[in-house]
Amino acid sequence: MTSPLHRLLQFHDRRFWLSFAVVGAVLLGLVPLLNLLPGENSALHLPNYMIPLLGKYLCYGLLALALDLVWGYAGVLSLGHGAFFALGGYAMGMYLMREIGTRGVYGNPLLPDFMVFLAWKELPWYWMGFDHFAFAALMVVLVPACLALVFGWLAFRSRITGVYLSIITQAMTFALMLAFFRNEMGFGGNNGLTDFKDLLGFDLRDQTTKVALYAASVVALGAALLICRFVVASKLGRVMMAMRDAESRVRFLGYSVTATKLFAFTLSAALAGIAGALYVPQVGIINPSEFSPANSIEIAIWVAVGGRGTLVGAILGALAVNAAKTWLTGALPDAWLFFLGALFIAVTLVLPDGLTGLAGRLHRRRPKAPPAREEKHA
Amino acid sequence: MPDESLPIDEPRGSGSPAQGSILYLDGVTVSFDGFKALNALSLVIAPGELRTVIGPNGAGKTTMMDVITGKTRPDAGDVLFDGHVDLTRLDEAAIANLGIGRKFQKPTVFEKLSLFDNLELALKGPRGTLATLFFTLSGEAKDRIGQVLTLVGLTDKAKLPAGQLSHGEKQWLEIGMLLMQDQRLLLLDEPVAGLTDAETEATAALILDLSRDRSLGERSLVVVEHDMEFVRSLAAKVTVLHEGSVLAEGSIDAVQSNPRVVEVYLGR
Ligand SMILES: Nc1ncnc2c1ncn2[C@@H]1O[C@H](COP(=O)(O)OP(=O)(O)O)[C@@H](O)[C@H]1O
Ligand SMILES: [Mg+2]
Repeated sequence: MTSPLHRLLQFHDRRFWLSFAVVGAVLLGLVPLLNLLPGENSALHLPNYMIPLLGKYLCYGLLALALDLVWGYAGVLSLGHGAFFALGGYAMGMYLMREIGTRGVYGNPLLPDFMVFLAWKELPWYWMGFDHFAFAALMVVLVPACLALVFGWLAFRSRITGVYLSIITQAMTFALMLAFFRNEMGFGGNNGLTDFKDLLGFDLRDQTTKVALYAASVVALGAALLICRFVVASKLGRVMMAMRDAESRVRFLGYSVTATKLFAFTLSAALAGIAGALYVPQVGIINPSEFSPANSIEIAIWVAVGGRGTLVGAILGALAVNAAKTWLTGALPDAWLFFLGALFIAVTLVLPDGLTGLAGRLHRRRPKAPPAREEKHA
Repeated sequence: MPDESLPIDEPRGSGSPAQGSILYLDGVTVSFDGFKALNALSLVIAPGELRTVIGPNGAGKTTMMDVITGKTRPDAGDVLFDGHVDLTRLDEAAIANLGIGRKFQKPTVFEKLSLFDNLELALKGPRGTLATLFFTLSGEAKDRIGQVLTLVGLTDKAKLPAGQLSHGEKQWLEIGMLLMQDQRLLLLDEPVAGLTDAETEATAALILDLSRDRSLGERSLVVVEHDMEFVRSLAAKVTVLHEGSVLAEGSIDAVQSNPRVVEVYLGR
């Protein structure tokens, strides 16, 4: 018998742990060091703007990882994950708004500026508690998870699958976008939440705060990767994969498809919420456009580019596509959407297993050892 | 198993016809857009019985299995397990956990998973989400998987993805999955379709073994088949289905000499 903890430490090959440690050391040690230690003019100095940029990419990586768990393993293509990300972001944004206190333009100790502007007299009930970081942090996870739980329960119980599920998740995020656009909702309408000052008393403009937020993103991504690997390497992970490939067969073995999907969907939504919460203080704003249906589709493209059902591949896909986006929107601002569309078509037609699959194929094509029989067919 | 939550039909007196049966179907009707795939079908299987069901294509054999396993809800009729549990009110997973296992007409195994993993998923045990998340395979369970792999002759392929098996091997893997579940009632839909003669013979022997084996308590089997030779080799009571209801029932010889059966099925 092996305990689950034992399994967590054992089931990965040594190569995984080695890469995990090396990448972790680089991201958590080398990157901050190169930013903080060498002087501004040193050739080794990592420019300040790179830190929140990398932090933003890592949040996208976490979001892609979350989607890969539910899509790549459980076979549920959610095209509404942007909503869970945005809800986590709004929960963090609400805390950051309340941290502003009297430093706002109107200097109201209780009400954020946009509420004063709308001539509101009282703080809405759902803004209560967000002055406490711990409460906000709890909401970052709970709000997306509860929405996923309720929405998923209704959808999975009625056996809504495939493209129908994808469409209703798009509808969900679209509906939330319209709602958050309304001023009366009390989330800043069109403009969203912005002008943040500090987090837990640390000034968001300080480079050390930025490095700390970046480091928190690294840690969150690493922890989430381990959690997801634990899930997919468990028997539940095999039930998920079995369900992805032959859903009804799983039922006849006595497993609840609804419960399995709900677990993956809810865990995934919670991880997406955490990604959103880390994203907001690093980019300095959250607004309803984060709910836009196109955003959610883009997440699916990251995962497809990296390789579905691989976890690490999804993260790499998010990093690669977003790095390309940053570069391309600078070089050829109008070309991005065409590039994204072309990328999607190319991946669907030529690289069904994404970059991870391509790397695997190239690796196998190396002459040395003749490929084993099973690999030829894989 | 959460017995309290099972829908128990109103207590039936000792005179109830379902009393003492493992599976009881009475007046079961299923219509698809007005077409009756099952038409007042009645069938009783005794504990420990081996029953073969034959009938021309479209007779309703697979639909009957769909009704028993919760995939299809009947429009009318009783479907009782163990004499008292109403299967028409349970879903597929609940019925499977009750002790009914099924092999599909088209072999359905989990193609991306290894043979070992396929059997591990079928292994009898807790099915809850958290229980599965923290599940660890005991040495005993590993041995059991090894035994079943040997029994179905797939030991040397244990690590291959099931998608790479031949059609016949998939049939056998699915039978292996059925065995892992230790079910009380096994439903086999055309288990020898597409198998070679030698494989068919071996399957017949395996089915007879399963039916005789009492080490895990009484086991009942319902085998749906087209192949007459195969049905004969099982030497069990035969039910002939035609247009959704029972046309004849009895020994293979009695059935084969029944003029109505000859007319609709055997004579063609
Ligand atoms: N889901 C369905 N929708 C419509 N017709 C169906 C469906 N399932 C089965 N049928 C019809 O019901 C009849 C019985 O089918 P089936 O039970 O598969 O027969 P068998 O297994 O004896 O060959 C066939 O005529 C088939 O076309
Ligand atoms: Mg059939």
